[in-house]
Amino acid sequence: MIKLTIDNRTVEVEKGTSIYHAARKLDIEIPTLCYMNLGDLKIEHKPGGCRVCVVEVEGRRNLAPACATECFGGMEVKTHSIRVLNARKTVLELILSDHPFDCLICAKSGNCDLQDMAIKMGVRSIPYQGEKSTYKPDFSPAIIRDMDKCIMCRRCETMCNDFQTVGVLSGVNRGFEAVVAPAFERDLDHSECTYCGQCVAVCPTAALTEVDHTTQLIRDLADPAKKVVVQTAPAVRAALGEAFGLEPGTLVTGKMVAALRRLGFDYVFDTDFAADLTIMEEGTELLDRLTRFLGGDKEVKLPMLTSCCPGWVNFFEYHFPDMRDIPSTARSPQQMFGSIAKTYFADKIETHREDMIVVSVMPCVAKKYECTREEFKVDGNPDVDYSISTRELAMLIKRSNIDFNTLPEEDFDKPMGESTGAAVIFGTTGGVIEAAVRSAYEIHTGKSLQRIDFEQLRGIEGIRSASVDFDGVEIRIGIAHGLGHARKLLDDIKAGKSNYHAIEIMACPGGCVGGGGQPLHHGNPAIIKARQKALYQEDVNKPIRKSHENPAIIKLYEEFLGKPMSEKAHHLLHTHYFDKKQKDVLLD
Amino acid sequence: MTSIKLKLKESDVQQLKKVAKSFNNEPGELINVLHKAQEIFGYLPAEVQEVVAQELNVSVAKVYGVVTFYSFFTMLPRGRYPISICTGTACYVRGAEKVLDEFKRLLKVPVGETTPDGKFSITCLRCVGACGLAPVVMVGDKTYGRVTTDGVKDILKEYEDVE
Repeated sequence: MIKLTIDNRTVEVEKGTSIYHAARKLDIEIPTLCYMNLGDLKIEHKPGGCRVCVVEVEGRRNLAPACATECFGGMEVKTHSIRVLNARKTVLELILSDHPFDCLICAKSGNCDLQDMAIKMGVRSIPYQGEKSTYKPDFSPAIIRDMDKCIMCRRCETMCNDFQTVGVLSGVNRGFEAVVAPAFERDLDHSECTYCGQCVAVCPTAALTEVDHTTQLIRDLADPAKKVVVQTAPAVRAALGEAFGLEPGTLVTGKMVAALRRLGFDYVFDTDFAADLTIMEEGTELLDRLTRFLGGDKEVKLPMLTSCCPGWVNFFEYHFPDMRDIPSTARSPQQMFGSIAKTYFADKIETHREDMIVVSVMPCVAKKYECTREEFKVDGNPDVDYSISTRELAMLIKRSNIDFNTLPEEDFDKPMGESTGAAVIFGTTGGVIEAAVRSAYEIHTGKSLQRIDFEQLRGIEGIRSASVDFDGVEIRIGIAHGLGHARKLLDDIKAGKSNYHAIEIMACPGGCVGGGGQPLHHGNPAIIKARQKALYQEDVNKPIRKSHENPAIIKLYEEFLGKPMSEKAHHLLHTHYFDKKQKDVLLD
Repeated sequence: MTSIKLKLKESDVQQLKKVAKSFNNEPGELINVLHKAQEIFGYLPAEVQEVVAQELNVSVAKVYGVVTFYSFFTMLPRGRYPISICTGTACYVRGAEKVLDEFKRLLKVPVGETTPDGKFSITCLRCVGACGLAPVVMVGDKTYGRVTTDGVKDILKEYEDVE
């Protein structure tokens, strides 16, 4: 242990601790624009690049970056001496000298780390005037890159390369021209971007934002000729409250439904309904593959991988196209919902699909891309018209003068608003496979589960494994969140080293609760874990906790689909995958 | 940075793979592999970078990041007689910029580009360690010292009848 003083207060830390962390032990928050540490999620980013965290160290000639300087015994640190304050302000003024001054109309205004820092440092003028970097904005179906606003913190690079191993973003060029960009400065649409949105989730400014669909939504809601249907993903209810000052992990399901109704949606439904439907299809597919495998069928592909996460689907289409027959063919809950809404439900309310707008509220950026995929359209009309993020919904509620916190709790509409506890945990890592196990076990064994909670499948570790006893047959399950972790499991499968029967994969840290479309966590991993806990709580609160017992789902099969994996179900609820490796990687 | 379109021949790909293998396909050898590749092809077009990325198991974006960071690497084919004008401090104060302007005027190409016949290309570099000879110009491996604007056409003349 090492003893040092920071701002004249003594603190003891382990060898190797940075000044930044030593200060935190004293509850001194040294400001920074680039440093990021997501604790348990094992993501640390410390390029020492922004220089905002500089501090004065007694006896040292120059100022030291607190994030990248180790403590030593007897060290005397000053975090707010006049020299530090002046240097910090100068650094900020220099960053601002190459940044647009459009705060009033910027998408991140009010939620921007750079803006906050300028306020904190009392910047009132920019003494440095000169050339500014300008780049062509890059509009993809899900993410907008506006590199004029990039401050080169390079957090996005860490997420894209180290955590996701997608490798689309890199620092390119040097000096004043340096910028973060895909290879050959192509646009994202011509890169291997999975649209996971983790770059957006950590960007301190508006250099990376999601495509905004709220304007289109307001227009559709105002159109009396359109029946506007909304579905909300499980992870949204555990995070939306944060945008209204509520504690992270506050469940706002009822208020969210009330808000959506006040916004003018004709039907307020739940993606959880479709999550239960996904379990019926995906669970049946898993049981089918398992039964064939245990019966000695050598052709059958195992492990079966989940397919709910569009970032993950993009990832294997780009990076493991030769293994695209392993994931389940089940569409994601978002797409199953759209497909059923524009057939079964449209018939029920006697509406043509052209007159129906299906909107999804997602914790996700990749969902914006997913609903534009050609295979999810019928005669050019998409099953899901567009997807808005949790952040966009919060914005829309504020814009419509709805006082969220005083709203009453309301229930989803029927029939597509009915769901079980199994569906709500789809929003966290481990949840999809737990939901699948609950149903697959009962369907396979014909017995009722004694305990519904499978604690062994839960947690926050990047890769987890567990086994579940299916009445004498051991089912081995792998779970990964974060595409880098998923890559490891896929490499094992490729090398023939994998002995799992089923693997659940989600692209974002913690699963959808840490999705790229959620309220920004600003580097605090406790927020993600609080949302996860909330979803497990919602599961416990539900009267029905197994997908196959959802009465609305049972009715859907009776009235419309027949049985899981029927021809109709195949047509409406399953999909196929593409080899994207060759698509556009070589040459423009 | 733009690049010239080119379709790599299978033999080129094989050659690149060999280079990568000679460095044990180590990601840490990226710069060395790029050096070799540029030696072979004269420049580093997108396709070459894609093969290098694949062989060293690093992202193409990262390879491109390195190529655009170091001024030695180029994505444009250099001329058969690459002209480098030193614009380091010593050369600069002794008129390197005027010399550079004269090369640009006579060859009608900007810095970083190559004449349409592929003969000359112009680049700037920073200090070759011969400040006593400032301003310094290099054509290929040959060094010219105390170059004046009037001397530029004489240098070019030397290469007029070479081919």
